[in-house]
Amino acid sequence: MTMTFIFYGVAAIGLVLSLVKSKEKTKLALKKAWKAFENILPQFLAIVLLIGVILSLLSAQQISQLIGKDSGWLGVLIAAVIGSITLIPGLLAFPLAAALLENGAGYMQIGAFISTLMMVGIVTMPMEFLYFGKKATIMRNGMGFVFSILVAIVMGALL
Amino acid sequence: MMKKKTMKQVKRYRFFVVMLGIALGMLLFNHDLGVKVFTLSTDSVLGMLGVLPPIFILIGLLDVWVKKETMVKYMGKDSGIIGILLGFFLGSVAAGPLYGAFPVAGVFLNKGSRLANVLIIVGAWSTMKIPQILFEWASMGLKFTLIRFVMDIFGVLIIAYSMEKLLTPKDQQEIYALAKKMN
Repeated sequence: MTMTFIFYGVAAIGLVLSLVKSKEKTKLALKKAWKAFENILPQFLAIVLLIGVILSLLSAQQISQLIGKDSGWLGVLIAAVIGSITLIPGLLAFPLAAALLENGAGYMQIGAFISTLMMVGIVTMPMEFLYFGKKATIMRNGMGFVFSILVAIVMGALL
Repeated sequence: MMKKKTMKQVKRYRFFVVMLGIALGMLLFNHDLGVKVFTLSTDSVLGMLGVLPPIFILIGLLDVWVKKETMVKYMGKDSGIIGILLGFFLGSVAAGPLYGAFPVAGVFLNKGSRLANVLIIVGAWSTMKIPQILFEWASMGLKFTLIRFVMDIFGVLIIAYSMEKLLTPKDQQEIYALAKKMN
């Protein structure tokens, strides 16, 4: 919530400063802002629905069953895959992860889940394709996945 | 000409139409589940409205006011450590989900930023957002947060530089062309 205020505040200050300097350029900036948004609007709408479909099918209990302490490497892999396909905002993901830990999930599995959740976005790939193309997108997500497994291993060793 | 334009629009919304079909199908065959889909979707739209409009306004302002030469100087090929630090800074003060980073990446590329620096923004945006780190600390404890944060600094750098190395000049030209198209 605070972040929202800060962001709107910064944007508002920027707009006012811009207006003071040049009305024409400010108009152009807003036009460009709208165009940049309109460019991703179709993917944006589709992904919102996709998130709804996925989250409605997967419950927190189902997740914790799959990635318990004794789930081992398979659990790490499952956690990494779940993190890659789901799109839970950090503000929801950390309480969920903490709850999962309390309910018997392992640190390694949770480390893999949190890390892929942030670095890998299968669902948002169509959007990433638009800016980075297929090759770079697949590369970035693939490397993020491998790196997340590494994070999980370190977490497992240190925690 | 008109028809071609309409076809292009239809093609752009193809994925959305498919998803809408699936969601409506779920509503039809399992009412409760379908309602849940639409409730969750509305929630995420509202959540995104909290951050996306100011991000796009700032993209527009940056596009209009920041000169290409300035961007090249601070984020371009020869920007060195300043470009790297700026990349980390910009990514970590960001808010909102990762896909908010892609249009930002687009405008930076378009203004002549070095690819690795833009990938650092994307990487930091994905894992090192400051408000998110504070929240992670509160819910997961200091040790968990610290391990991830320190590893991510290296991870973000390694991914950014190895991608720049692995992508051929032709790949990179295509990325800059895409960024131009999207702006």
